[in-house]
Amino acid sequence: MRSLTLRLESRLRTAHELTVENDGIADTLTLTRGVLRAEVIREICVHLEPYQTGEKPITGETVIAKDLTIDSLAIMDMVMELEDRFDVSIPMSVIAEIHTVDQLADTIRDLGARA
Amino acid sequence: MGLFDRHAGLLEAYRDVRTTGYDPFQIRMERVLSPTKAIINGRETLLVGTNNYFGLTFDPSCMEAAIEAIRAEGTGTTGSRIANGSYSEHVALEKEIAEFYGKKHCMVFTTGYQANLGVISTLAGQGDFLLIDADSHASIYDACKMTQAEVVRFKHNDPSSLEARLRRLKDSKEGDKPGNRVVVLEGIYSMLGDSAPLREFVDVCKKYGAYVLIDEAHSLGALGDNGRGLCESTGVIDDCHFIVGTFSKTLGAIGGYCVSDDPDFDILRVTVRSYMFTASLPPSIVASVRQALRVVKARPELRTQLWDNVATLYDGLKAQGFTLGPEHGPVVGVHLPDRMTAIGFWRAMLDAGIYVNVAVPPATPNGVSLLRCSLCAVHTREQLDHMVEVMTGIGRQFGVLSSQPKLRAAGAR
Repeated sequence: MRSLTLRLESRLRTAHELTVENDGIADTLTLTRGVLRAEVIREICVHLEPYQTGEKPITGETVIAKDLTIDSLAIMDMVMELEDRFDVSIPMSVIAEIHTVDQLADTIRDLGARA
Repeated sequence: MGLFDRHAGLLEAYRDVRTTGYDPFQIRMERVLSPTKAIINGRETLLVGTNNYFGLTFDPSCMEAAIEAIRAEGTGTTGSRIANGSYSEHVALEKEIAEFYGKKHCMVFTTGYQANLGVISTLAGQGDFLLIDADSHASIYDACKMTQAEVVRFKHNDPSSLEARLRRLKDSKEGDKPGNRVVVLEGIYSMLGDSAPLREFVDVCKKYGAYVLIDEAHSLGALGDNGRGLCESTGVIDDCHFIVGTFSKTLGAIGGYCVSDDPDFDILRVTVRSYMFTASLPPSIVASVRQALRVVKARPELRTQLWDNVATLYDGLKAQGFTLGPEHGPVVGVHLPDRMTAIGFWRAMLDAGIYVNVAVPPATPNGVSLLRCSLCAVHTREQLDHMVEVMTGIGRQFGVLSSQPKLRAAGAR
């Protein structure tokens, strides 16, 4: 796996290009970095559980600011924790466009693949 | 949807606040008597929440300077520096602030808020990166909304958290991302009174070639042998590329400034919109600020008195069992369990003749509810001992402190 990653990296400058040119290869690269979507979602849910209302489970479609009791500042603090957990930085303007758990997970994965 | 519907949540919280009887956000000072006293609700009240760190609002020399300036040059400038021109006093003030820091350039703004808003949003532009402390003041957050730069927050007072974010910009497989890195810090944070580990932050910024902007709003006068702030007390003035501050706290008036050694600094005069499109400071303010700066230089004992008072209040409250901000500071933040306790406590203090600020989410870090006390060099020991006594009584009444008087360890045995 490691050598494959290195080979891929030397062949193609950026993971961003990888995503454009070949989804399959991009996925392989992502896997080697250990950023699995399920893992990202699981981590997000751990952070959001304290803000759950009623019996409704947190899913990919959960709208973070609306379906939960979390306020905007707490969302930004959670993002900081996730940034360090997955070694990515999410600009504030990007955070502002994220509404659902799925979108947050995808953003983290995309940024991770590019790093 | 009505125009105000989106504020429904806030309206509800605000209604809760007002059920306590007073509205903490619309307090009327019926008459201000001195830096430490005012008439509120018809009674003489001790002021411990006005950021008047040196008590200079009633300094006779500053007041006389302002009065003279009004007689000489009138009440206002009626326009901005670029339209109506600079008065000689604006230029003199800028020269004096620059000299105070040993920097080459200074720009003066009409408020501290506008200084941060304009400078930060202009320095970091398209393609640049702005890295801000998570507990930054609203003026810094608002600058982030205006900038074209990418904004990333790092954990409060955590140099390793900043380093991780600077490193990510470097380690990108797209190569070392081009663009300037601007890191924004504050000397003393306004809610809990804690200081940034500035030297460690500066080391990280040097390692990654980032510019440092520090806001000394609450530390001007209070920190450093000459009162220049945290940049002086930690010995890194030369490593701070931009130092911002305000005239509205220690200097007892209103206005903001930014100093720098950058040779092209003055271009900001025709690019920073919060400087260009607002009226400049009136002559009276400029005159009192110039005099207040002279007082800060001439009377270092005010700084000693301020820190003595900080120790009296902080140590007094701590000994009674209150949970406080992490360190001594001209702002002492008292933690309370929730919003309604904080507001009830605040109201009880006002009824007892003591005014402090109440700070509740979302204005506070980590959703904490606080009583925010700010000390003044001219508070007396008796006033502060009395305050500790009053707060202890209310703390027991509210169940924030245990009802048994706290005994000293030695006395308990």
